[in-house]
Amino acid sequence: MGKRVGIVGVGQTHHASHRLDASGVELIAESVTRALDDAEMSIDEIDAVVIGNMDHFENINYVDMWATDGLGSFMKPVFKVTTGGTTGTTVASCAYYHAASGLFDTVLAVGWEKNSESDTQAAIATCANPVLERDPFAGAIGPLATEYSMYMKAYGATEEDAAIVAARDRNNALKNPYAHNRMAVTVEDVMNSPMLSYPVKFLDMCPRSDGSCAVIFASEEKAKSLCARPAWIHASVVRHDYTHFGDLEWQWMPTLERATAIAYKLAGITNPLKEFDVAELYLPCSTTGVKWMDSFWFCDKGGAPKLIRSGVTHMDGKMPINPSGGVISCNPIGATALIRVGEAAWQIMGKAGDRQVPKVKKALATGFGGCSWSDVLILGADLP
Amino acid sequence: MERVAVIGVAQTKYEKGKRETFHELIFDVATRALADAGITVADVDNVVSVSSDFWDGRTISSMAIMDAAGAFGKDISTVEGDGTFGALYAMMRLLSGSFSVTMLCAHHKGSESNMNGITNTSFDPLVERKLGLDAISSGALQARRYMSRYNILEQQLAAVSVKNHGNAMRNPYAMLPMEITVDDVMNSTMLASPLKKLDCSPVCDGAAAMIIAAERNAKKLTTNKKRVWLKGVGHCTDAYRLGDRDLADTRALKQAARKAYAMAGVEPWDIDVAEVYDAFTYMEPMWLEGLGFCDDGMGPEYIERGVFNSDGDLPVNVSGGRLSANPVQVAGLAEMIECVLQLRGEARKRQVPGAEIALAQGINGMCGQSHCVWILGK
Repeated sequence: MGKRVGIVGVGQTHHASHRLDASGVELIAESVTRALDDAEMSIDEIDAVVIGNMDHFENINYVDMWATDGLGSFMKPVFKVTTGGTTGTTVASCAYYHAASGLFDTVLAVGWEKNSESDTQAAIATCANPVLERDPFAGAIGPLATEYSMYMKAYGATEEDAAIVAARDRNNALKNPYAHNRMAVTVEDVMNSPMLSYPVKFLDMCPRSDGSCAVIFASEEKAKSLCARPAWIHASVVRHDYTHFGDLEWQWMPTLERATAIAYKLAGITNPLKEFDVAELYLPCSTTGVKWMDSFWFCDKGGAPKLIRSGVTHMDGKMPINPSGGVISCNPIGATALIRVGEAAWQIMGKAGDRQVPKVKKALATGFGGCSWSDVLILGADLP
Repeated sequence: MERVAVIGVAQTKYEKGKRETFHELIFDVATRALADAGITVADVDNVVSVSSDFWDGRTISSMAIMDAAGAFGKDISTVEGDGTFGALYAMMRLLSGSFSVTMLCAHHKGSESNMNGITNTSFDPLVERKLGLDAISSGALQARRYMSRYNILEQQLAAVSVKNHGNAMRNPYAMLPMEITVDDVMNSTMLASPLKKLDCSPVCDGAAAMIIAAERNAKKLTTNKKRVWLKGVGHCTDAYRLGDRDLADTRALKQAARKAYAMAGVEPWDIDVAEVYDAFTYMEPMWLEGLGFCDDGMGPEYIERGVFNSDGDLPVNVSGGRLSANPVQVAGLAEMIECVLQLRGEARKRQVPGAEIALAQGINGMCGQSHCVWILGK
């Protein structure tokens, strides 16, 4: 019923731990300019803009207003959406609904963060209920360590399984010029890195980065006229269930199971491991690259260790995961999930450079954040 | 394009020092909005919340309220800014064909926040923030520029406060119903010249919810009497730095309004009742000019002539406006709810007789940098 929508341009900054050469607005401008260049468009051709990040990281209120010069949104429609870690996919789906509504033909989606200016863990801790939960649930590492411990106990997964994922993603990043951390890493290196919170070690965990990503969405006719091979949106589904941390199912990932099940149905996917050619997944920690495989329906419950050890998700496997190096190689938080969408779009458009997977027809991109929340987008080379 | 209707609304009384948590405020309005629409939570297939991490003092502020809005198992999202922008996203999601019925909710507890500190963080951290600018002091700069450009007197602006606080006497949801005079406003405490206490909206708490539905469902779910159509919308933003703008210029609002009028197929003189964002007295005439109800600089004279009184040609802010209750993120949504009540004929003592088309206008950023204009109709 709504219009079909395609991605026609993607741009991102060269992400780093400290981008001292650029202010937040300049980082945004860098990604916007690159996205416009990628789409061969000018800012005058953009009808509407949507932006997202997390307030408490840079301490800037009304970011959609502050970023006007970097967004090129002067005298244009703009507003902000924000949902924590999932912000990037929240921005992407908001841009999708802008174009699908028929109200706007071309929409610029921007996610950004300058974590070098923030106390990231302290800011994240304030998401928890101030009276009941803020003290025990500070930061991001603890809950991820807890859920993998439970998975290890239930299904016999090991620390090495997570290290295989960490080595896979980190070595993939060597071919991505935009990634923040690019290092050749072996499974032993990961195992020998310092323990952060058992069983999560330093090289298992994502960094915090400075960076921005911009993605241009266009309605069907416009996308066809702008781009020879747009990445079409086949599904966009969000599940953000939360009551309290203690009420969550830690042993599996219910929001991801529900969101992927619905997205696959919308996109007509019955065998995800076979039908997707590539996946850019928001895996904040290599342990999730094991545990969540069940919830993506890539394998039966408990089948993830076998799947990971088989190499099917490596660059030379049947369905490469995170050719970009993923979140553990680069994490400008408000941009992180949008980078997944942008990288997946580039894979379909054949623009992924040295990390290109051959002949990508269908790609999966996800966002993670909040309180074990999941966003799922499915992109395709063919019209949905 | 498919039409979209408001099928249910609810709001709390706006007041200071509410004891309820965000959860409880949202549960209250969401429950009552469902009852108003005559539907159950199962009929709602997606939720859009409006919240701000700054005002809530909590990262991912929507985490605190989504379950109370009935979001479990549903597709949800969060807009940060004014409620009018949240309504825009809620409508887009319906028009995309992906959803049928959207719950939109917003909450705000100003009395647990630090207004000066929070609005100060809206300014550039390197230059303007250090000057101590906040919503009131930047508003004072804008008021002064507006007055000097069009030779407007403080007393003329004070008349807005008299009118709107008087209107609030007939609105049980308003926080500051008051019978006051221009002298009372002029003699109230000076906060930032030329803005005195009674030129400024109060810090307050409250929540609101609105249920909107695509035409295919709106007709099935509700009676004709309850339905109010969202006929037109436009939004637009001006430059960020105050120094890059003529603060008395309303070009972004003019563009947003043009778009909303064109989409609805109406002209300013078709509007029967309007709710505009009077965070400060001077804003009401400025925004009325930008909306095309009078020429630039003529707003205060029209107000003096009573054109915008509740019994005037175009009743403006019959709810009492933001001057009588300003629950920041909720404010624009409360305006839209007032329009819905007026169009349904449910506004009781403040009812504008025969209202057929209504206008609501919300702002984001300092000094009305960004505007969202809505046209609603029966």
